[in-house]
Amino acid sequence: MEFLQPATWAEALQLKAVHPQAVPIQGGTDVMVELNFDRHRPEFLLDLSRVGELAQWAPENGHIRLGAGVTYARILTELSDRLPGLAMASRTVGSPQIRNRGTVGGNLGAASPAGDAHPALLAAFAQVEVESVSGLRQIPVAEFYTGVKRNALSPDELIKAVLITPPTGPQQFCKIGTRNAMVISVAAFGLALHPDRKAVGTGIGSAAPTPRRALEAERFLAQSLTDDGLWEFRGALPDATSRRFADLVADAASPIDDVRGTARYRVHSLSVMARRALIWAWNDFRRV
Amino acid sequence: MTAPTGPAGAPRGLSTQVTAGVGSSPRRPDGTPKVKGEFAYSSDMWMEDMIWGVTLRSPHPYARIRSIDIGAALAMPGVYAVLTHEDVPCSKFYGLEIVDQPVLAVDTVRYHGEPVALVAADHPEIARQATKSIRVDYDVYEPITDARLALGHPGWNQVHNAPGAVSELSRERAALHPQGNLVRHLKLRKGHSDPVADVVVGGEYEVGMQDQAFLGPESGLAVPTGDGGVELYVATQWLHVDQRQICAALGLSPEKVRLTLAGVGGAFGGREDLSMHVHACMLALHTGKPVKMVYNREESFFGHVHRHPAVMRFEHGADRAGTLIYVKAEIYLDGGAYASSTPAVVGNAGTMGIGPYIVPNVQVDAYGAYTNNPPCGAMRGFGSVQAAFAYEAQMDKLAAELGMDPVELRCRNALTEGSQAPTGQVIDSPAPVEELLRRLQAIQLPPQRNADADLRDLPGGVANTTHGEGVMRGVGYAVAYKNVGFSEGFDDYSTARVRLEAVAGEATVTVHTAAAEVGQGLVTVEQQIARTELGVHAVVVHPKDTQVGSGGSTSASRQTYVTGGAVKAACEKVRERALKAIRQRTGHATADLRLDSGKVISEREGVIGTLADLLGDEVIDETVEWHHRPTVAVDPETGQGFAHVQYAFSAHRAVVDVDTELGLVKVVALDCVQDVGKAVNPQAVVGQIQGGSAQGLGLAVMEEILISGGKIKNPSFTDYLIPTILDMPPMRIEVLEYADPHAPYGLRGVGEPPTISSGPAIVAAIRDATGLPLQRVPVRPEHITGT
Ligand SMILES: Cc1cc2nc3c(=O)[nH]c(=O)nc-3n(C[C@H](O)[C@H](O)[C@H](O)COP(=O)(O)OP(=O)(O)OC[C@H]3O[C@@H](n4cnc5c(N)ncnc54)[C@H](O)[C@@H]3O)c2cc1C
Repeated sequence: MEFLQPATWAEALQLKAVHPQAVPIQGGTDVMVELNFDRHRPEFLLDLSRVGELAQWAPENGHIRLGAGVTYARILTELSDRLPGLAMASRTVGSPQIRNRGTVGGNLGAASPAGDAHPALLAAFAQVEVESVSGLRQIPVAEFYTGVKRNALSPDELIKAVLITPPTGPQQFCKIGTRNAMVISVAAFGLALHPDRKAVGTGIGSAAPTPRRALEAERFLAQSLTDDGLWEFRGALPDATSRRFADLVADAASPIDDVRGTARYRVHSLSVMARRALIWAWNDFRRV
Repeated sequence: MTAPTGPAGAPRGLSTQVTAGVGSSPRRPDGTPKVKGEFAYSSDMWMEDMIWGVTLRSPHPYARIRSIDIGAALAMPGVYAVLTHEDVPCSKFYGLEIVDQPVLAVDTVRYHGEPVALVAADHPEIARQATKSIRVDYDVYEPITDARLALGHPGWNQVHNAPGAVSELSRERAALHPQGNLVRHLKLRKGHSDPVADVVVGGEYEVGMQDQAFLGPESGLAVPTGDGGVELYVATQWLHVDQRQICAALGLSPEKVRLTLAGVGGAFGGREDLSMHVHACMLALHTGKPVKMVYNREESFFGHVHRHPAVMRFEHGADRAGTLIYVKAEIYLDGGAYASSTPAVVGNAGTMGIGPYIVPNVQVDAYGAYTNNPPCGAMRGFGSVQAAFAYEAQMDKLAAELGMDPVELRCRNALTEGSQAPTGQVIDSPAPVEELLRRLQAIQLPPQRNADADLRDLPGGVANTTHGEGVMRGVGYAVAYKNVGFSEGFDDYSTARVRLEAVAGEATVTVHTAAAEVGQGLVTVEQQIARTELGVHAVVVHPKDTQVGSGGSTSASRQTYVTGGAVKAACEKVRERALKAIRQRTGHATADLRLDSGKVISEREGVIGTLADLLGDEVIDETVEWHHRPTVAVDPETGQGFAHVQYAFSAHRAVVDVDTELGLVKVVALDCVQDVGKAVNPQAVVGQIQGGSAQGLGLAVMEEILISGGKIKNPSFTDYLIPTILDMPPMRIEVLEYADPHAPYGLRGVGEPPTISSGPAIVAAIRDATGLPLQRVPVRPEHITGT
């Protein structure tokens, strides 16, 4: 196994072009586990931890450019106000050690249905910026996940950043685990209200082959809020609306039974989380 | 310069000056290095020239081996040896109680993960790759995965109370072992065979398979000695029982097989059976090189026995006032593919199976069965844990049926000193069952959750699943007891060698036992006892090895009792000799002399000199084999007899907040009252109670090895969850000290009782919060939500 250690982004792209089979490694919290278990024996490891710009974030044209190598710990301490949904998700990732190393870029690279960043990114309508020697492109995060642990990257591409618009409304993230900390999600739900465009964003984790949005639920809620004039008046949310929303979120899932939980429980818990998250978000919305 | 005599990381003598004796909490000699990460665990050992051993394991729970082809593996560069059962020098089988487990599979594999072949190579990775080139041709069979079916017992329905007869037919048909699938049937019969009662409650209960989840994986280093023997440095619980089994497998005498305890990272029963011991020795003897073996985390789940899963059916009968009239119970323990300590676990589950209550009429049938599930054996609580979930649930059910307070019901029926256990054994030392419960009741309940509770105080924690919605509080009590030491006629003893001498002008004691320090603090206790008995400061704990007689197992909550007893007895002998020598030298009467603070003190004249000066060059060295009072095998038809040397009692009250819509549980409080006879080291006692309670909490709400078709589905700490600091509440603990007149210092074993009573208290609290019957542990979210 050869260990490639580019010092710059350009060099990293070059190396990836020459060795498309090279496995990128950022925090290593997924890659090293795979190596330890001998699930993969990559010919090349491409270490991105020296590429300084990946570990940076900055506001840019109305959104936040979050470098692929920014850790969960930093999102929590530096971006809780600007990326609240993602910060809530970050807070649930692993343990302090894992949050100190693990990154959103790595979560996207792994593209596990259980990755905790995904529901938050989906709900926030984030874009994934990827690049290769032949060019840069931005992929809406919902299109980024293509299958179980598969993503839209071409073999020569690397994830550069995630672009997220700071919220115009409340965001929530909830995750079920069978212990009270340091647990892989059994089901997760992200919610963002976008009052600026009268839209609702959702993200479902661990309840389908890929992270996914609950599109019907989003449309239903956005429409109901519009129909009832609630975006403007911020009145009480009808019980029927939150219930219907919760049902539609649950309908959007297609989970399986596995060692972490049953499909039925996943569907059930999603509906509970969706309803609670909506009520919390709505109460926040009414308060501001 | 002298050549290094042992591997790097092999244990050296521990020598801190104890600052206090029995009853105080001096700093552990291994504490600071452990906290600083400097303590060498067995997996840290290293030796010039060593090579690595790796195990090939069966991917099938049940299969016949048609052939094993090792040619390709052997041909790989860097590979020194590939061994199969054909290379086992002598006995191909081993076992703690029943010799039934192959060192390496002979012609059949009976569980997923059973060792089939060994490779030694100059790098662990090469060895691992080489195991993949070993070709094993399996004829795969349908596994037997249900203990009752393995015994040919019919399934249950609540109508019939009689245990099913063992069907000879199905035994023959499905026998996994020549004697059939029944490992042991413990029958307990006391009082009337057909008792009647006004109020009767029944229930079926199930306990999942728990893992010890020790953090230090199985590991050791075998070093050939050049004279055809081998020295093994290994993390274990009982050096001498390992030695016995290794000698049998290797065909070597005990002098040729020397064991030294390497740094142990937890045990909890999981190191009572052999793991890599014989394998590493075989490879070392075969290659003439030191061989190190370390299981990785996943392999560790296959490398040791687990807690027996259980299915149980109980029936309790009482009069209207709540006095128990009878208990009937059937307990099925799934022993998995090999016996391990199943017979003793069945013995405990049966004899201790109805809890610390006075019951005139008892019928218990406890069975241990062979199946193709992973082998099960010793784990903290040893048979009592499983039964307690059932009998304590029954007590709550009965209380509800009677409209009685569950604590009142328990107190009304509580075992007392002088009363009879179900075995007919008269309890001949304090049994403060009622007091434990009353004291628990008196501990203040935690405050109600406030409306703006921190997420970390809510079910689900920072995963942000509730801000109080759906959360219900529940309270549950449980009390349990555990036999301390080995039971049923086992000659349970420990050996201590104690040496007293003056070293650099200071009286110094060396304590040498083979009793395993697995993290519980025995080394500290050994120092404390020596200090108290001999009045010295400096006590060196010699590395634990087989150069001294057996210390018995570090299990059954027994080491402070039995090895502590041995150290005490050896110290007494040493003291007697020292005082005699000093009397001869000084002319004082022995009866007038005592040892304290490094001085020899005469009652009449005060200090007559330092012990070091008065000892001069004399070295006093005594070895004592100390046996606890004998027990007897129980009657095979009635289970009656003086089966247990000592009982230890604990009680818990759990307070839980349950998110009833999501099925998530937060244990808010888990308070404990335990009688320890004498707290030899109060801080260690509290540590044992906290740790034991956490392990019980784990089984109650999360810990389970999931098995499907005989295969382990979650062999990792990603999916085998153990409690974190956010799952385990701070505890309020009351320690009682009612001396047991039969035990050294009056002490009682401490380590296991809290593991037994904490889980049932938590499940009771969840039942209280949800109103659900919850008959299976661990309680999973979907059991609460019904989805
Ligand atoms: C103990 C433990 C607990 C965990 N708990 C959680 C949890 O609670 N929630 C959760 O979501 N995850 C969890 N994880 C998984 C892991 O921490 C996360 O997925 C994390 O986000 C990975 O980030 P990383 O930087 O460490 O990725 P790495 O391991 O470095 O990489 C992960 C994947 O992404 C690829 N990759 C990395 N960077 C790039 C890039 N710039 N371009 C293209 N591909 C790239 C890698 O090739 C690899 O396939 C846990 C892991 C461990 C070991």
